[in-house]
Amino acid sequence: MCATCGCGPTDHHHSHDHGHSQGLEQNTGKKIISVEQDILQENNLLAQRNRGFFEGRNILSLNLVSSPGSGKTTLLERTLTDLKGQLEFAVIEGDQQTANDADRIHATGTKVTQINTGKGCHLDAHMVLHAVQGMKLKADSVLFIENVGNLVCPAMFDLGESERVVVISVTEGDDKPLKYPDMFHSSTLCIINKIDLLPYVNFKVEKAKEYARKINPNLEIIELSCTSGEGLATWYDWLKSKVLMPV
Amino acid sequence: MHELSIVMGIVDLATNQALLNGANSIEEIELEIGCLSGVEMDSFEFAWKQGIRNSMLENSIRHIHRPEGKALCGDCNTVFHMQQLFDACPNCNGHLLSIIRGKELKVKSLVLPEST
Repeated sequence: MCATCGCGPTDHHHSHDHGHSQGLEQNTGKKIISVEQDILQENNLLAQRNRGFFEGRNILSLNLVSSPGSGKTTLLERTLTDLKGQLEFAVIEGDQQTANDADRIHATGTKVTQINTGKGCHLDAHMVLHAVQGMKLKADSVLFIENVGNLVCPAMFDLGESERVVVISVTEGDDKPLKYPDMFHSSTLCIINKIDLLPYVNFKVEKAKEYARKINPNLEIIELSCTSGEGLATWYDWLKSKVLMPV
Repeated sequence: MHELSIVMGIVDLATNQALLNGANSIEEIELEIGCLSGVEMDSFEFAWKQGIRNSMLENSIRHIHRPEGKALCGDCNTVFHMQQLFDACPNCNGHLLSIIRGKELKVKSLVLPEST
């Protein structure tokens, strides 16, 4: 039986607008309370708090999401090194275990904080809030938040980022957008990485783009390789355009 | 397994609401989990059993509504039943769609015991 109106389990297609928002109701002596709250509300509120902090300081915060091994950390290493002196950067690294990625970022001379989620499969806004508190981020800078390598779970958790960047590499299947649509649906930029390997793999760039745009027609797509350097200029221009042009 | 985070979110939310209303147990809980919300129900069931242990929801009756996906086409204004995020508009084949139903992830209501 439905907790709000006593209707049976089979007739649940109606919308519950017949007086449920009135708050308390009495029914067989029990107290029925209407809650109507989003389960992710706490995360979403903290995410908006992060977002306000970033916007107030014109910090471009990028949530980098992908499956493990797509080359997120290498892309960051290359970006931080190439744009040193041109843009101010900071990095939050998310992994289940180890500070290996933070060590790699630290070696480029960039401020970095490692979050270990333990058994957790994603970062959430609360973790980012605390990481940011200890970082003393500069205004007009770029904050990369490298999420846990996982194309499923991080999709549901807003961190307060300005943009969500999904990275796929050509050593994966070109149908990845169709297999993991939630992530492509919630991202604003897609980076297709490792394009120097295209001659050796069966990845069709046009197919991947077509699939990604079926899920998200507004998705921007940049193809690049951190090994050959091809396409990196486009990525750097994208970054600069976002942070150097005040809204 | 973000479903465990979801279940823990439900436990926290429901517990707070029960305490606010002077209750220390919850008889029933009504949830809304849309078909496009990104929650895998098998994982959810597994996480539920673990997550409600020693909580106010341990012995609660649970009701789940699963609103089906519905999208509005930005090109031709057709409203249609969306099963997958990559579905095209059945009228114009466009992909410029807004999801208007199916993303829900909510605690709708609770039933608390009589004595409270």
